[in-house]
Amino acid sequence: MTDHLLSIVLCTPLVGLLVLLVIPSENRSLLRIWANVAAFAGFLVSLPLVFRFNSSASGFQFVERADWIPSLGVHYAIGIDGISLLLVMLSTVIGLIAVLCSWVSVETRVKGYYAMFLLLQVGIIGVFVSLDAFLFYVFWELVLIPMYFIIGLWGGPRRLYAAIKFFLFTLVGSVLMLLGLLALYYLHLQQFGYYSFEISELMKLNLPLATQQWIFWALFFGFAVKVPMFPLHTWLPDAHVEAPTGGSVVLASVMLKMGTYGFMRFSLPLLPQASADRMIVQIIAVLSIIAILYGALVSLVQQDWKKLVAYSSVSHMGFCTLGIFALNANGLVGSVIQQVSHGITTGLLFLLVGMVYERRHTREIGNFGGLAQVMPKFAVAFAIAMFASAGLPLLSGFVGEFTILQGAFQANRTWAVWAVFGVVLAAAYLLWLYQRTMLGKITHDENRLLRDLSWREGAVLLPLIAWTFWIGIYPKPYFDILAKPVAEIVARTHK
Amino acid sequence: MPANMAPSSAEILRFLPEIILAVMGTFIMVLDPLVRGKSPKIFGHISILAMLAAIGASIFAYTNPGPAFSGMLMVDGFATFFRVLVLGVGILAVLSSYRFLDRERADTGEYHALILFSLVGQCVMVTANELIMIFIGLEISSIATYVLAGYLRDDKRANEAALKYFLLGSFATAFLLYGVAIIYGITGTTNLSAIRAVLSNTTTAPAGAVVGAAVALMFVGLAFKVSGAPFQIWAPDVYQGAPTPVTAFMSAGPKAAAFAVFLRIFMTAFETVGTGWEPLVWVSALLSMTIGNFAALVQQNIKRMLAYSSIAHAGYVLVALAARSEIGTAAAMFYLAAYAMMNVGAFAVVAHLSGKGERRLSLNDFAGLGVKQPLTAALLTIFLLSFIGVPLTGGFFGKFYIFKAALQSNLVWLTVLGLLNSAVAAYYYLRILVVMYMHEPGEATLAVEPLSFGLSAALILPAIGTFVLGIFPSALLQFADKSSIFGR
Repeated sequence: MTDHLLSIVLCTPLVGLLVLLVIPSENRSLLRIWANVAAFAGFLVSLPLVFRFNSSASGFQFVERADWIPSLGVHYAIGIDGISLLLVMLSTVIGLIAVLCSWVSVETRVKGYYAMFLLLQVGIIGVFVSLDAFLFYVFWELVLIPMYFIIGLWGGPRRLYAAIKFFLFTLVGSVLMLLGLLALYYLHLQQFGYYSFEISELMKLNLPLATQQWIFWALFFGFAVKVPMFPLHTWLPDAHVEAPTGGSVVLASVMLKMGTYGFMRFSLPLLPQASADRMIVQIIAVLSIIAILYGALVSLVQQDWKKLVAYSSVSHMGFCTLGIFALNANGLVGSVIQQVSHGITTGLLFLLVGMVYERRHTREIGNFGGLAQVMPKFAVAFAIAMFASAGLPLLSGFVGEFTILQGAFQANRTWAVWAVFGVVLAAAYLLWLYQRTMLGKITHDENRLLRDLSWREGAVLLPLIAWTFWIGIYPKPYFDILAKPVAEIVARTHK
Repeated sequence: MPANMAPSSAEILRFLPEIILAVMGTFIMVLDPLVRGKSPKIFGHISILAMLAAIGASIFAYTNPGPAFSGMLMVDGFATFFRVLVLGVGILAVLSSYRFLDRERADTGEYHALILFSLVGQCVMVTANELIMIFIGLEISSIATYVLAGYLRDDKRANEAALKYFLLGSFATAFLLYGVAIIYGITGTTNLSAIRAVLSNTTTAPAGAVVGAAVALMFVGLAFKVSGAPFQIWAPDVYQGAPTPVTAFMSAGPKAAAFAVFLRIFMTAFETVGTGWEPLVWVSALLSMTIGNFAALVQQNIKRMLAYSSIAHAGYVLVALAARSEIGTAAAMFYLAAYAMMNVGAFAVVAHLSGKGERRLSLNDFAGLGVKQPLTAALLTIFLLSFIGVPLTGGFFGKFYIFKAALQSNLVWLTVLGLLNSAVAAYYYLRILVVMYMHEPGEATLAVEPLSFGLSAALILPAIGTFVLGIFPSALLQFADKSSIFGR
């Protein structure tokens, strides 16, 4: 492939950003229009990836490779397999929606806000397409800066605390991750006599188990903070709650997947023995199950609508890590589908919370009740999002979680049993949330005059709703796309 | 020793940058009484021209590298790298002083002459291949810098800073000189290559304890000059008290030159006894990073915070030295270049903001800078991100390269602790960002004047440099790699 399609996908938001910077900051409507155009263009250019992707081919596609820093063996190497394809598409869709949903909600420093989103988009796509560990790290860190500003500048009352906590947690994780990557790089030099950060080169390494275990834990911190895995999750509720709606959506829907992606792209293929090590697998599975149950239980007692959704992310991401470390095809495929599904459903939930917040300026669950009477369209959308998140059949959450549970069952029955409780609890906290906010009598008079969804809000929600139905009803294309890359990873870990 | 003591023209050429700087410095001193008060800016212009000419001469001298004056100087890639670096720092410092000197009504030729003399010393330091020359260069540079620190005569803090710097600095130089004396006593030479030859010859090598004492003494002297722990105590007071453009200058230029000396002595003369001094450097590196970063966490005064940060950054460079390899040397060179840019840039912003008499130096005085002066704030953000070590900035590559070198020399724990340190450091740099962007504009930022031309240049040039080093580091990396093998 020599047509640089993937580079175009990567650079479209960057070009959008550069143009945005020359628009005067007083001209808000032009800024808004341009940012939306750029985000939409970012989505459009990523579409050909889907049509031209060959799911029966193994290895990476749309590969581009150029020297960046030859003396250090750093390359600009990008390419995608089925896993990255899905995550790139998720990023471009969610990126567009996050920009679109900020149309009226952001009033201050409009230019900076959109600039940060476009920069964020470059970083996120970069993480998912990098085939060079160094490039990966660069994009990984690049994501941090705009998100820090998005939370810190346009966030809620405790935004400063949340932003710094988010930054420091991630930074500590990522320096340890850098250490792990440096170790791999150095060992590669020792074994092969030349520097290279390319994943395909690092895969050739033959390392003793003890070394693999050390490196595994170093990488683990970087990825686990991002996922976030219990007990490194404490930044998440703060960051998600304080971030503006667009920020929460990107954070929960896409950025958390950077962590799970890291496990699938680096830990498993590069450190296969450590990843299959009994001890390590046990620890991670237990942490995942704790995350599933703890996240669900904490969600159950939340009084704040947005915080509830935030904690539900901890629970759902627990399924994703459990699926990955089931180390079989079902677990991994389920995990990726669950990641996409979680991206869609949590995106929806955060969008809906944001819409209510814009109308009422409160998120206390106790301040609502009976909203279905005044906002019927909203209630329908919320019901779909909720059922999808809770894993109701024919919606996306079911496909992901069911497949993960299958994988977990194959790997270890006990895990599956515990994880099933997570599904039950998810249904409980979501249904209870729905009941308290949407059903029953209107308990607060302020709520009587709330507007229903506008056409713009509907346009923001509809694509995601359609997507969750698509995955729920006809998930076969997803299984097809994922079959090859997942089989390769599984084969490596079972050697 | 050749009978003909007259230097050849090639040797004169190799010494040309120092000659230019010394002549122009003297010229400014002579010119000063003639034009004083009439056109004060002329001195700045002259000194910038002098430094540009010296950069040109340094690069020209490198077209024909080699020793000069019976091997007392050595013009190699390493020397050229540092010559250009310190001269570049000088230019940026002068650019950022125009407005400052005007504001403090202190625009005299003296200031610029002192900067040029200090640069003469630094250029001698980085080219010297012999302990006496190193000492002379160090003294020329230091004495000029002591005076610069106390340049604002009516300012109490500046006086305190100058006195402290002078007393402690002299003390440290004495240590260094003691070490030089012992080395001369046991090896009979002051030439670095000759010392190396004596120390590496197992039959004639002097007693380990004496060598150890000499190395330790010289280590103390040099660690003081680079503000490496536990000899860093002076740095915060001096950096805080000195006029801000001077602080910018001395936290980058003399420091880089001192590191050049450090690297050259320890990696040529003492390379063969490396296993002996590695633990010293190891401990000093760790202490510098830790003390610097943790002390910076609680600072309210921006100059003190940057002073502690500068101690921490000295620690990172010491990590590269502890690696004891050519890659380590190259990493230190790269890091110092990246550090010089971000540091001069950050101090230039402080100089811009502090106002007359430097009253506005508290962290809270940055409140709302992002709203009042988006460009200044954005540039400072770039420098701060580079301090943190965020990818695509020079600071990231510098750190990356250093820790890569350290890992390659099996300094695993130092690498781990260094990386964690850099995560701690992020906190106080972020505090500046928070105040700048997320607080309402305060009194200080409302009173801030628009960026002058000189200051804009002193900010934009290093910002561009920071990005260039972060995105296209190859050229400089290759040069550093090539130059890390010292001419012997």
